[in-house]
Amino acid sequence: MDIAHHTLVAFAKSFGLFYLLAMAAVALLYACWPGNRSRFDKAARDIIEDEDKPWR
Amino acid sequence: MVSGLTISERQRSMAVLIVLAVIGLVMAAAGANRADPMQAHGFLVLLFSLGVLCFVLNGYFEPEPSATRLTSYYDDPSKAGIVIAMLWAVFGMFIGDWVAWLLAFPDMTFDAAWSSFGRLRPAHTTGVIFGFGGNALIATSFHVMQRTSRARLPDQFSPWFVLIGYNLFCLLAVSGYFLGITQSKEYAEPEWYADIWLVIVWVTYLVLYLRTLARRKEPHIYVANWYYLAFILVVAILHVVNNLAVPASFAGAKSYSLFSGVQDAMTQWWYGHNAVAFFLTAGFLGMMYYYLPKRAGRPIYSYRMSIIGFWGITFFYMWAGSHHLHYTALPQWVQTLGMTFSVMLLVPSWIAAANALLTLNGAWDKVRDDATLRFMMMAAIFYGLSTFEGSFMAIRSVNALSHYTDWTIGHVHAGAMGWVALITFGSIYAVVPWLWKRERMYSPVLVEAHFWLALAGTLIYVFAMWNSGIIQGLMWRTYNDSGTLTYSFLDSMVAMHPYYVARAIGGLLFLIGAIVGCYNIWMTIRRPSGASALTDDALLPANLQPAE
Repeated sequence: MDIAHHTLVAFAKSFGLFYLLAMAAVALLYACWPGNRSRFDKAARDIIEDEDKPWR
Repeated sequence: MVSGLTISERQRSMAVLIVLAVIGLVMAAAGANRADPMQAHGFLVLLFSLGVLCFVLNGYFEPEPSATRLTSYYDDPSKAGIVIAMLWAVFGMFIGDWVAWLLAFPDMTFDAAWSSFGRLRPAHTTGVIFGFGGNALIATSFHVMQRTSRARLPDQFSPWFVLIGYNLFCLLAVSGYFLGITQSKEYAEPEWYADIWLVIVWVTYLVLYLRTLARRKEPHIYVANWYYLAFILVVAILHVVNNLAVPASFAGAKSYSLFSGVQDAMTQWWYGHNAVAFFLTAGFLGMMYYYLPKRAGRPIYSYRMSIIGFWGITFFYMWAGSHHLHYTALPQWVQTLGMTFSVMLLVPSWIAAANALLTLNGAWDKVRDDATLRFMMMAAIFYGLSTFEGSFMAIRSVNALSHYTDWTIGHVHAGAMGWVALITFGSIYAVVPWLWKRERMYSPVLVEAHFWLALAGTLIYVFAMWNSGIIQGLMWRTYNDSGTLTYSFLDSMVAMHPYYVARAIGGLLFLIGAIVGCYNIWMTIRRPSGASALTDDALLPANLQPAE
């Protein structure tokens, strides 16, 4: 199994670009999805006022 | 501490320590047989395990802890980790300042092999990065994961195994350098047996983190945990791949890397730059995203930004390592790839820095009055500065000037002192009173003093290195009319001298600050909580000292 240099370059330049774009899109969609807003706000707030005891 | 463990956990600890002691004995015997330096490490492992074993035996017959312990968080390992981190800070910074003086006055090796630059320098970097930074990350991660999950650690043995095992690794690393044991990979110097031990410790750490998260109350995992998890997971991957090596003999310390030539260099800098990303950035961002909002009493400015920043950092950093190998045998397109991703990294880096500063926007009075919060604010500023500088220096034509000069050292220390150490000190000053149930630190004045010592030290250090680095770079590329170099290398060395003295003074201030911090933390721990603390408050100003 011998991978030639130019094969690797072609793979990195084609697939590499698209999978990074796709991952960026997924991350952005997740972060900006309106339905997630209340969950994120709650998460940010909850650490400020925590009762100093584990729930279990 | 031992009294907090159940009988079966005490037995498990003893079993592990006995196995470790036997391994140490075997290493010592095998090394002695070949007169290999592994012998000394065998004895170190043996003595370390026997020492901890004595400690466990000493508390073995104490009564078992009551079931009420399960209604509170398990903080003993965090407490121990913070004290150990501060001890490593003083050690690592002392060696660092010694190295700084050594560069200005080369006689300071005192004619000993163990104190030559090549051995002191990794002792400094390992001491501060892995000793101070690593222990602080482990200690705070135990604290943060329990609070944000609202779940107690799943057992009491694993956190101790992680903390004590990790410190055994650090001791093997640093003692090895003094003995001349190194595999010559920057930030990955320890030899194969120490590397294998770290894998065992690190996998336990990852499993412990996941087990705690599995017990969490909220379905959503708070973002600080994402950063801590990225730190643990990616460091495991980096460590395993970069340290793939074949020992020359199982009875000796020496090993040979699985990679060779430019592949080895690329693997090393893929590791090296991601160690900066996931050890020195992701973990400490985890710290920042918990302790900064908590101390300021304000939720993080934008939770969305913290998520976008997280994925940006994890996606982009992976590709940036090749900027360490500009103008080398590495293919040009790989260099360009590293450069491009380094420039893109500015976006998620500044998202994190801006998020921290915008969280404080509207609470500047707190920043003014509270040196602890000011540590964190200054850390965010230095994070923004050094990530900008890093992206800039990764550009090939800028790198032509900066590489191999002190500019790189200045950049690293703007990050390590300005960002990593300041956020750590801030977080430690925040968490120590919470962990030991004190109203506040023993002396807010000393926190203030530490802040200014650390800031002054960092500024002096960084400005000295910027000057010396750029002068160096320019001297090395100045040609005369006949087309030869104007300055010899020695000329540039002479020109560096005043900056090296200034750098050593900056480092000394930073070290003194850390020692002041140790004293303050120690006195906070020793001071009884409750009544006597209140009488002290009557003597001291009720509020924290203002900046002036």
